[in-house]
Amino acid sequence: MKPRTIIEKIWDDHVVAEREGAPALLYVDLHLVHEVTSPQAFDGLRKRGLKVHRPDRTIATTDHSTPTTPRGLPIVDKIAAAQVETLEKNCRDFGIQCYGLSSDRQGIVHIIGPELGLTQPGMTLVCGDSHTATHGALGALAFGIGTSEVEHVLASQCLLQRPSKTFAVHVDGALKPGVTAKDIILALIAKIGIGGGTGHIIEYRGSAIRALSMEERMTVCNMSIEGGARAGLVAPDDKTFEYVAGRPFAPKDFDAAVAKWRTLPSDEGAVYDREVSIDAHALEPMITFGTNPGMGIPITAAVPDPSNVSDALERETLSKALRYMQLPAGKPLVGHPVDVVFIGSCTNSRISDLRAAAGVLKGRKVNPKVRVMVVPGSQQVKAQAQAEGLDKIFREAGADWRESGCSMCIAMNGDQLQPGEYSVSTSNRNFEGRQGKGGRTFLASPLTAAATAVTGVITDVRTLL
Amino acid sequence: MKFESAYVVNRNQREVSPKHFESAYVVLPIDNIDTDQIIPARFLKTTSKAGLGDQLFNDWRYDASGAPKPDFVLNQPDAVKAHVLVAGDNFGCGSSREHAPWALTQFGFRAVVSTSFADIFKQNALKNGLLPIVVPADLHAALIATPGAIVEIDLEKQTITLADGRSAEFPIDPFSKHCLLEGVDELGYILSQSAAIESYEQRRGI
Repeated sequence: MKPRTIIEKIWDDHVVAEREGAPALLYVDLHLVHEVTSPQAFDGLRKRGLKVHRPDRTIATTDHSTPTTPRGLPIVDKIAAAQVETLEKNCRDFGIQCYGLSSDRQGIVHIIGPELGLTQPGMTLVCGDSHTATHGALGALAFGIGTSEVEHVLASQCLLQRPSKTFAVHVDGALKPGVTAKDIILALIAKIGIGGGTGHIIEYRGSAIRALSMEERMTVCNMSIEGGARAGLVAPDDKTFEYVAGRPFAPKDFDAAVAKWRTLPSDEGAVYDREVSIDAHALEPMITFGTNPGMGIPITAAVPDPSNVSDALERETLSKALRYMQLPAGKPLVGHPVDVVFIGSCTNSRISDLRAAAGVLKGRKVNPKVRVMVVPGSQQVKAQAQAEGLDKIFREAGADWRESGCSMCIAMNGDQLQPGEYSVSTSNRNFEGRQGKGGRTFLASPLTAAATAVTGVITDVRTLL
Repeated sequence: MKFESAYVVNRNQREVSPKHFESAYVVLPIDNIDTDQIIPARFLKTTSKAGLGDQLFNDWRYDASGAPKPDFVLNQPDAVKAHVLVAGDNFGCGSSREHAPWALTQFGFRAVVSTSFADIFKQNALKNGLLPIVVPADLHAALIATPGAIVEIDLEKQTITLADGRSAEFPIDPFSKHCLLEGVDELGYILSQSAAIESYEQRRGI
């Protein structure tokens, strides 16, 4: 038998039917649903008089448009409140488990899937959200879909799909102190560009990936879409199995599940359509300077100069980004003042991220000119952080410790930058206005964010370690 | 190529199908136009599909007071006649929000022409009767150089033809093409395979 990649193995296991000329009908093991991309899909079901085919394989939460103010307060934004109520009603009507704002399992959809043991190796998993690739860290084939496809999966548990090309990203070598999983993925995106992975699914491989914790692997997989890849995954190993063990939705016959999961890693000799290598030891902390996540540089490097770019459209794109960011070309970002530091999002709001940020902030104060928001990814993360006293460290340093949700990553819930403000953010997108109309975002790791919170200017965390 | 003929066809629910048309076009010669520019996230709190066309490219289109910026291409008088948008490489990168093609089609666009598209946007566009047309770099440059001219788009032949007669074939998934041309409802097609879905579930014991 031809050697297969893990991507092909999971694909093959989930093909329900294939007809000549048509995409494969692919079975979806787990469908995660949130309030923003689902209401029109449920409307579609109602219009057709359809039921949800597998409510037992569908889990919902509210995260995007929900406030991070104390729970129990009403949602002030009436449109957001209606959207949250709509999801809760849809879940009641169609028999779907919803972890809403009153649940201790609520959180960002990509945080709670792994945390509850819902996400498991070898699964196909979809959600109406482009950061669904996060779940690939567990060895699942997970990708974002649009609302039409949400409706398809609700009605049939299936998707019409063509196979993507396979892309091996090899990351080898030991990371230096102060360099994190976030820096690996920002460096990859800077290397391949934000369209570099289009049409591909990435498998992250190599000693540096194996050395990462499960949460760090989630950070890497999370931003696959920022490199244009619809999905990214890491083959499961003992770390994966230990992570899943004991979680609420872990398989009952765990040993049998592990035996099957051990067959998932790519076969020796499997061929990828594309391969790229990164030397982890050569990486520095990364930061973005522009208006897409591919515009990233090592923190000590200079912002690129458009006059050095030969392609006219590329040059104009870079110039436009620097005009929006109001940054001079040719200078490093270190020392640039910021107004806000945001620590959160499905990229970097897990307990290990909060521990890393708290490690920098412990015994220090945030610069009084900077508003610092720490938003745990879920209620479980929040509870764990509080049990460890991290909330106290954040509060004593002068940071704002908030309730769980997407918050200022997407700025739908009132947590947002004011026009012209600069943030260092641990989130995944620095598009124009992403964190609030007119806001300007520098993407970086939790360590860099915490260091910047202390000094009030963009800071190389290695100077504080 | 043959497809099952027994699936449900629901023509009434489809947007206008862009099978063959001539139109003026507008150009946005910027690479990597992301979905946050196409429709900013704060307009995603709606629970319906309606009314998004007015917010298309909101933050490039309106100033802080909400007044249209006269120099933005969609605010120019001829823009309403254009059913084709020509944009830079990697159009539609970013989020999975289907609100992006909803906003584009509600504004009146039936096709976006670029040198490449982000994967999720492309899928979402095809499900809403919005053609994501990939053209070679030279044709793309020619389109950008002559904004306001007319293009002819023929889905059946998969061709885009400029006013000067230059033409290119564009790729499109054959199944998506079939659905657009015949008004096939994809969910109906999926549900016509319910028996296969059930037998798959039985086979896996799930």
